[in-house]
Amino acid sequence: MTAPFLPLADVETTVENRPFWDALRNGRLDLPYCAPCSAFVWYPRAICPACHSGNDIMWRTLPGTGRVYSYSVVAKGSGRWKESGPYVVAYVQLDSGLVGVDGPRVLTNIVGDQPQQEVKVDAAVRMIIDSDVKNDAKLGDVVRNLLRFTLV
Amino acid sequence: MSLRGRAFIAGAFEHPLRTIPDKTVAQVHAEVAGGALADAGLTFADVDGYFCAGDAPGFGPLSMAEYMGISPTHIDSTETGGSSYIVHVQHAAEAIAAGHCKVALITLAGLPRSSGAGIAGAGRFGNSPEVHFENHFGMSIVAGYAMAARRHMHEFGTTSEQLAEIKVAASTHAQHNPNAFLRDVVTIEEVLASRMVADPLHRLAGCVVPAGGGALVVVAPEIAKSLQRHCIPVLGTGTGVKHVDNGRIDLTHTAAVQSGPRAFAEAGVSPADIDYASIYDSFTITVLVALEDLGFCAKGEGGRFVADGALQAPFGRLPFNTDGGGLCNNHPSNRGGITQVIEAVRQLRGEAHSAVQVPDCEIALAHGTGGNLATRMGSSTLILGRSL
Repeated sequence: MTAPFLPLADVETTVENRPFWDALRNGRLDLPYCAPCSAFVWYPRAICPACHSGNDIMWRTLPGTGRVYSYSVVAKGSGRWKESGPYVVAYVQLDSGLVGVDGPRVLTNIVGDQPQQEVKVDAAVRMIIDSDVKNDAKLGDVVRNLLRFTLV
Repeated sequence: MSLRGRAFIAGAFEHPLRTIPDKTVAQVHAEVAGGALADAGLTFADVDGYFCAGDAPGFGPLSMAEYMGISPTHIDSTETGGSSYIVHVQHAAEAIAAGHCKVALITLAGLPRSSGAGIAGAGRFGNSPEVHFENHFGMSIVAGYAMAARRHMHEFGTTSEQLAEIKVAASTHAQHNPNAFLRDVVTIEEVLASRMVADPLHRLAGCVVPAGGGALVVVAPEIAKSLQRHCIPVLGTGTGVKHVDNGRIDLTHTAAVQSGPRAFAEAGVSPADIDYASIYDSFTITVLVALEDLGFCAKGEGGRFVADGALQAPFGRLPFNTDGGGLCNNHPSNRGGITQVIEAVRQLRGEAHSAVQVPDCEIALAHGTGGNLATRMGSSTLILGRSL
């Protein structure tokens, strides 16, 4: 777990995406993979949008590395992000860990100690799991996680 | 079935105000509806088809039909953001061709400043299946378009100066529009010196957010023949959807690669035949990518295409957004779309401002982009003629 750089969020897990959030809690990046299509499914869901079957979807662990596909430094956020200062929104092309299979491009933030000017298209990144604990009146302490990336 | 010549735009009306105090959204819908019907020489009693999108209050067409006192036999509330109203023209033409209605009314209105409402439809995505994989990263609309611009720069060498040319052309036109929200002509240097909102997009690279509204009346050919007003034939229509595509999103193109060719094929014309183009301009990059996708230039050539005043009326290679567009004139309900069609109708009727009227304007294109270039979006393309 890494202390959060940017605001975290309450996520509502569903029966379709729960393994993703469970893996994140355990420090892993797991995504649904459709074996007949040799393709990861993004965003996580129960049905492969290529073959429209859910029968052969299995969850695979990805290495958690990738490259910046595109990014923007947002000068000032709104709402809960108003006080976050300039922050980087990015698409990261994930390494799949499988020969001949592309990982998906996922929306995320690039965070960390490096200057934001060093974020470039094609820059190599690795995942960090941003975490905090939120006290919920009903549920007590809830650990919240988000998949973010940092420059390698 | 081709829609070419099967429906005509008989009425077009843009609300003259950009701040509209002491009125409700429903009221502005009704006002612009009345304006477009009067422009056509028709009345509310003639309306048998009604079209509105996510900006309409309450139950959409049901609430608005009641408010305006109409009883349409055909309704449509297709919601694709800023392209909604161009989709509506297509759907109106389809419904008219099918005999389901003869006088179709399309309305848009919004009061983003006075009502404190955010972007119409923005609240509806809370239960979207993708929401927890996109919404927690401070991802704003401008950040999405900025990422599209960044990728375009990376792949094709497009520059901020080239993007700024689009704003310069829009502002050059807006100076002649007394109703435009921003009427000052700006330079490339001024665009680049404006505050950076989401790198590489500056404040002046984005559209205005005024109150406003607009309406269109689309009619059957026999109605068009009976009216005194110059009615504008629908020549071609096309719609497309683009989304994240299972993690393979390509930020350098839009669904205009689908909507454009369909519209051109239906109209039987090519990009070279277009005398005037209304291109939805939420941001400068929105225009640049659409120009490429619609075939006005090759993919990656948009930056060079827009340079040197190519978009400036009346004598540029492709005069665009002669009302000042969303960048300077109007972007009602934070979406526009209908204003693209209204200005295309003005051009084809010869009723644009004399400083920007394209001489002998025979064929015009109106193109809408809705949603977010960086996630999921809908494109719709409409080709209109001065006559059939």
